[in-house]
Amino acid sequence: MIDTDKRFKRTASKFLDELTIKFAGDSGDGIQLTGQKFAELASNSGETVKTMPDFPAEIRAPVGTLGGVSGFQIRTGTDSIYTHGNKLDVLVVMNPASLKRNTDNLKENGIIVVNQDTFTEKNLAKAGYEQNPIDDGCLDAFRVFPVSISKLTLLALKGSGLSRKEMDRCKNFFSLGLICWLFPKPTKEVEHWIAAKFKNSSLLAQANLSVFQAGWNYGETEELFATNYRISNPELNERPAGSSFVTGNKAIASALVKSARKAGIKLFLGGYPITPATEVMQELLKHQDKDVIAFQAEDEIAAIGTALGASYTGALGATCTSGPGLALMGEFINLAVMTELPLVIIDVQRAGPSTGVPTKTEQSDLFQALWGRNGESPIPVLAASTPQDCFNVTVEASRIAIKYMTPVIVMSDLYLSAGTEAWVEPELDDLPEIAANFFAKGEGYAPYRRDLETLARSWAVPGTPGSIHIVGGLEKNGESGAVSYDPDDHEQMTYLRAKKIAGISNDISLGRTYGDKDAQLLLVGWGSTYGAIMEATEQLQASGYKVACTQIRHINPIPNGFGELLKRFDNVLVIENNLGQLWMKLRAEYLLDLKKLCKVQGSPFNVIEITTHVRTILTDESLAVSEGEAL
Amino acid sequence: MSTQAEPIIMTRQDYLSDSDPKWCPGCGLFAILRSLTSMFAKANILPQDQVVISGIGCSARLPYYTNTYGFHTIHGRGPTVAMGAKLANPDLSVWLVSGDGDALAIGGNHTIHLLRRNSDIKMMLINNQIYGLTKGQASPTSPQGLVTKSSPYGSVGRPIVPINIALAAGATFVARVHDKDTKQMEAVMMAAQQHKGAAFIEILMNCVTFNDGAYDLVTAKKARLDAMLELADGQPLIFGMELNKGIIDNNGKLEVAIIGVNGVSEDDILIHDATNAGLAAQLALLEFPESPYPIGIFRQVNEPVYGEWIDKTHP
Repeated sequence: MIDTDKRFKRTASKFLDELTIKFAGDSGDGIQLTGQKFAELASNSGETVKTMPDFPAEIRAPVGTLGGVSGFQIRTGTDSIYTHGNKLDVLVVMNPASLKRNTDNLKENGIIVVNQDTFTEKNLAKAGYEQNPIDDGCLDAFRVFPVSISKLTLLALKGSGLSRKEMDRCKNFFSLGLICWLFPKPTKEVEHWIAAKFKNSSLLAQANLSVFQAGWNYGETEELFATNYRISNPELNERPAGSSFVTGNKAIASALVKSARKAGIKLFLGGYPITPATEVMQELLKHQDKDVIAFQAEDEIAAIGTALGASYTGALGATCTSGPGLALMGEFINLAVMTELPLVIIDVQRAGPSTGVPTKTEQSDLFQALWGRNGESPIPVLAASTPQDCFNVTVEASRIAIKYMTPVIVMSDLYLSAGTEAWVEPELDDLPEIAANFFAKGEGYAPYRRDLETLARSWAVPGTPGSIHIVGGLEKNGESGAVSYDPDDHEQMTYLRAKKIAGISNDISLGRTYGDKDAQLLLVGWGSTYGAIMEATEQLQASGYKVACTQIRHINPIPNGFGELLKRFDNVLVIENNLGQLWMKLRAEYLLDLKKLCKVQGSPFNVIEITTHVRTILTDESLAVSEGEAL
Repeated sequence: MSTQAEPIIMTRQDYLSDSDPKWCPGCGLFAILRSLTSMFAKANILPQDQVVISGIGCSARLPYYTNTYGFHTIHGRGPTVAMGAKLANPDLSVWLVSGDGDALAIGGNHTIHLLRRNSDIKMMLINNQIYGLTKGQASPTSPQGLVTKSSPYGSVGRPIVPINIALAAGATFVARVHDKDTKQMEAVMMAAQQHKGAAFIEILMNCVTFNDGAYDLVTAKKARLDAMLELADGQPLIFGMELNKGIIDNNGKLEVAIIGVNGVSEDDILIHDATNAGLAAQLALLEFPESPYPIGIFRQVNEPVYGEWIDKTHP
């Protein structure tokens, strides 16, 4: 293997605070693998890394078309990195279509590494280029490095015994090798990784390794690049032992298992495949044991129905879906409201009504989560703000569901589900206390008798003597639990259910507010806008603005003191990937004239969109808006 | 689960709740409640280990009247709650009460998947060929031409044969009983209770208010012997007042024959084989009055049970 450290001495490195790079190619080009590996290498070097894949909606769109472009974006750096970045420093493209799709996102003077072998007339036409962009001058704003990645890959594998097709499939390792030279990463572990990944075929392992080395050597010997780039002092953020990359979906799966374990009960997850939530179910199906039951149901109704049945018999029932699935689950969520059984419902939001834009992100299910059911149906709604935070919020939702005997909705979204960051999976000891209030034994059991503090009923599980009872969706008498259509009983129960949920506000804490105490403007967000809002706040502060920000974790009920917090600021800007759903709730709740900033393009906010808007509000146009300098 | 040092002798009363059933006088559900609780007592499963789950409809009120754990869920969704309950807590005995609208219209999907998975759940489909609780609309089993509030000129759609749905879903226990014979009903319920896997029992039930007499031609005491074909595993498919009629296989088609006529002897009469899915499917197609109406256990086979399969693959 290459002794990178020795050989690097020959090249003068430039040092960067951060780097945003995207690998893009046809969906069969192994882009996701290459990107994820580069991210891991960066993280292992102690850098802070955020990633975001960009999949085509079709499983296999026609080769070479714009619809078939797959991408993987990585942002890495030393300072606080909160998002996967907006404008790219470097774009590595494997075909014309992927160039076309991503050029707009490149910084001026940014680097494009192009696999020029794929720029044939046919492929150019598929991508909609009339001339070859490599030499027609349309990329003059960038630094373009055409490399014969396909040919050099074949050359490196001459005599390897692989078919031409198999050889061609190794070419992503060439680009990985080249990028690992351009942005030096500890390549030793690539060797181990390739060996492990292709353990069933030493031929393929050797081939991919050779191609990786060829890519690295190409950077080293061709002197195409005057310099290579390192992140300054990454050891400042040394990656803790035992850490790995986690997506929001994997963090949710882990949190469900740990929450149930912490409560000493089984976990039951009922699921049904739906983008972008499916991974949670798949993850749990992989890790089933006697205390972790995952179940692929016949539809979303059955997914939540089985979960509620499991809760009824003493497990932590959970389900995971996206907006269209949540729409189908409304009836069962209400049955959980009426029967007062714990249930955790995860909504990994995607864009639009109906089928909408299944592979794009949005935050437009908030109204549905809060109010999308018949009758007065209050339930807690929580929102996760980062892939790692999906763990914390799911644990908190489980704690509330079990303690208060109620369904709870956790809002995640496609951005969090697919984005990754390095984390160390929390241990059981790191979790808060989660205690189920099981009815054990005693005289005179009444199913709807309540704990006076939490207003929660006890959990009497079938199999327990002395607490035989029936639950159901019909209204009841508050004390006996007997079915009742009496007007007073209904009113009393309606208020009781509302009071129980409202009371949770005493048991949750107000999130942190970052920034200036005497800020002129408070940015308020929920969910995955966290990263962009944090960065925007830091950037605005750096340019002399007095701003602060806070991210709401508990959307219902809102923690005590939040109204007072809002009132402290002259300007409050609510930032959402919808048309103002939280904004409307906050205005209704606090009678304050809040402003909003909305984006519904299926993509997260860019920091600059927020900073520009805030500058406009604060009517100070004197400071120039910059996208950041190129490398 | 609870264990007992001394066997306690349970009675039917031990499985009846304090609530008085609020069904129309003469409703067939009374007989079903009686048979079910009587079977519970004989099966000697403690009330606290017995769970009765229902959807919506007149039949869905049944769990209020059993002294067992009960869950009155939502329309058509009982099977899903039952699946979750049983998978999370396999030691419980789980019975599901459903109706023709509940199990075949709004919950048709769940019925199919409950049966195909073969989870150890016992499902009763109480078939009165009408929506009773919503006061008399046509159901998926209403015969064509039936005038109801939702079919003022007669029901148009062709009725579903519930047994066929169960067989097509691969149910491992498929039976049909009727509300006029509680003894047989209880015996079939007991067989279902003892069956390992999903059991499906269609119960023909008379709705006195909205569809009175729907099954009279078949279930009336005088008519029964000629109108019904009692299925007994290993026994010839013989019926009739004189026990002289039987089912023969005429080139792959089941037909009624009279013993001693046209050279048909007792040896020509088919023997019921509850492990033969093909025979069960053919029997399910027999309709009165062209043929006798089969009653009893159509199919019973042992196949891997869903929850146990999970236990084995994920120890």
